[in-house]
Amino acid sequence: MKLKELDIEVEPLAGAMPAFRASIEAAELPEVCGWAHASKARLVALWGSDETGRGAGYALHVALAFPSGLVWLSAPLPKEDPRYPGIADIYPAAGRMQRACADLLGIRPDDGADARKWLRHGAWPAGVYPLRKDFDAGARPAQQPDRYPFVPVAGEGVHEIPVGPVHAGTIEPGHFRFSIVGEKILRLEERLGYKHKGIEKRFESMTLEEGAKLAGRVSGDSTVAYAWAYAMAVEGATGTEPPPRALALRGILLELERVANHLGDLGYLGNDVALSFGFFQFWRLKEELLRTNARLFGHRYLMDTIVPGGVAKDLPRAEAEQLVGRLEAIRGEVAALQSIYEEHAGAQDRFIMTGQVVPELAERMGLNGFAGRASGVGRDLRVDYPIPPYQELDPRMASHIRGDVAARVSVRFEEVFESMRLIQALAQKLPPGGIRSPSAKARSGASGVGWVEGWRGEVLIALEADGDRIHRLHPHDPSWQNWPLLEHAVHGNIVPDFPLINKSFNLSYSGADL
Amino acid sequence: MYQLLKQIAKTGIVTEPAPPPEEALRATAQRLGEVILEHFGRALAIRHVDAGSCNGCELEIHAMNSPFYNPEQLGIKFVASPRHADLLLVTGPVSRNMETALRRTWEATPDPKLVVAIGDCGCTGGIFGESYASCGRVSNVIPVDVAVPGCPPTPTAILQGILTAISPGKLR
Repeated sequence: MKLKELDIEVEPLAGAMPAFRASIEAAELPEVCGWAHASKARLVALWGSDETGRGAGYALHVALAFPSGLVWLSAPLPKEDPRYPGIADIYPAAGRMQRACADLLGIRPDDGADARKWLRHGAWPAGVYPLRKDFDAGARPAQQPDRYPFVPVAGEGVHEIPVGPVHAGTIEPGHFRFSIVGEKILRLEERLGYKHKGIEKRFESMTLEEGAKLAGRVSGDSTVAYAWAYAMAVEGATGTEPPPRALALRGILLELERVANHLGDLGYLGNDVALSFGFFQFWRLKEELLRTNARLFGHRYLMDTIVPGGVAKDLPRAEAEQLVGRLEAIRGEVAALQSIYEEHAGAQDRFIMTGQVVPELAERMGLNGFAGRASGVGRDLRVDYPIPPYQELDPRMASHIRGDVAARVSVRFEEVFESMRLIQALAQKLPPGGIRSPSAKARSGASGVGWVEGWRGEVLIALEADGDRIHRLHPHDPSWQNWPLLEHAVHGNIVPDFPLINKSFNLSYSGADL
Repeated sequence: MYQLLKQIAKTGIVTEPAPPPEEALRATAQRLGEVILEHFGRALAIRHVDAGSCNGCELEIHAMNSPFYNPEQLGIKFVASPRHADLLLVTGPVSRNMETALRRTWEATPDPKLVVAIGDCGCTGGIFGESYASCGRVSNVIPVDVAVPGCPPTPTAILQGILTAISPGKLR
């Protein structure tokens, strides 16, 4: 079949979200991506795979989001010298993904794009590719010296501040290289990959059932989004239909995760502008929500509650009522805190026009999730592709156009209220029936896609099964797209505002380091 | 301002009592003398190092700093540099890309010092295990005094681990 937006032959993929697969020649990539870009399709992910065990060479995969759904393009590459025309000039966000592919699989773009290493530090030498099938996951190459050529900034009065990987606060490790003049940031260059712990290789040693637990630990704060995306991919590959009650419960779990993360970050945003009152108030509310989660679902962060085929824990009527009541109480408190934040001159002075990403830049670079919505990028998978349980709820998309810290604060508040409305609507009308369908067996060579609007942005799981084992699985975090925008957001801001700007995005290191 | 003060008054104090130390969490016999522990027990400075976690344990360390647990009332505070720290709170399987940074952070922490490994991954390598990219548990890289299991461990369990590290226990 053909989509109206794209003049190539595509195959529909079974599964909850509208998704299609297409095979193209590597040489056609720039042309196809050029069309896609011209028709406003966005880049969701780019990754590679080793197909040598299937009598081929390697493959490059690109996932693009069209109004009709997700299109998963695969281009076969030769076994010797696997190269492809890069697409970073069309989709700038592809740059780091291409570099990661080169590090892990030795497949490279030949477009003269940034060819520096990305995920490889010193743990394995150049010329060794851990995601190739002939690489033994247990091998421990000797640590290599790790030299990384940062882009130098020269000129009178310019100096550098290197920060990390071990940061001053309780945050994940990464390196930030600031070039500054006085207090103003001239340039920020990020170097990530410190948390690379071989997640994709690990998946390839697992069965479809075992992988669920690992998927829930790609990025701990988005465990529900990943677990749902994983379950959706497995259900697509195996033709399993989760019961309606399970889908409604998944909606509740995902929105609870969104509320908890926004509450925590709203607290930290207060803290970062010396309004520690905000930190204590929001973290009190978050803690109450986490305790509610633990009581109702058995885990404070809802880990392992979504499983392929359904969910692991039901929500009986009495407990659903408790949840609705609890949220009602928290909602009132959040509303009071919102008016305190809005009327606090000191906080607003720090929030407004700080760390701005204008809509034009956000669109061009592919900023996604709530940060994108705060910069005028009106996309939300729950709204754009309303599958059950969102279909009947008519979720409202929060948005703003200023793209500064204040806009991200405002979108977070709006999303907290909207998510609470969605949870309450779902909890009051849970469909009757079971919560888990038995998983069918995957067909040989079956693939599946999971695509979920997590609290931070869109999470993609692209799965290729091999019987009941995983041949290749790429978990894609929205942070891949959003990290480069942080480098832009800090331009011209002062160094002391960096923690505030960084927290307003709160991007994942683990999710993008894999 | 009135709203803010009203909210503070309305909230009151929500802090709960701290948990007692738990000997079962101790990975090696207490290495520090009672005189030192008495000082640590009054004002403990902690440096957190994420050596490769999924970020789940960090969520609970943040939560431990919420008013429900309020470790500052016990004299425990988080500091920005290992050079100011008495205790390292280490999360994650140690990724091989963080191995050097963790070792250097440990070396930069003045003696006498304590290390508490947090979470299933910190205790055993967890679901990530040992691989080309992961050194596994924290004690594969630096000496560990107390290890707190859980995925992630609750704030109470983390606080309990910290309090165990500074309690006399069995002295060597």
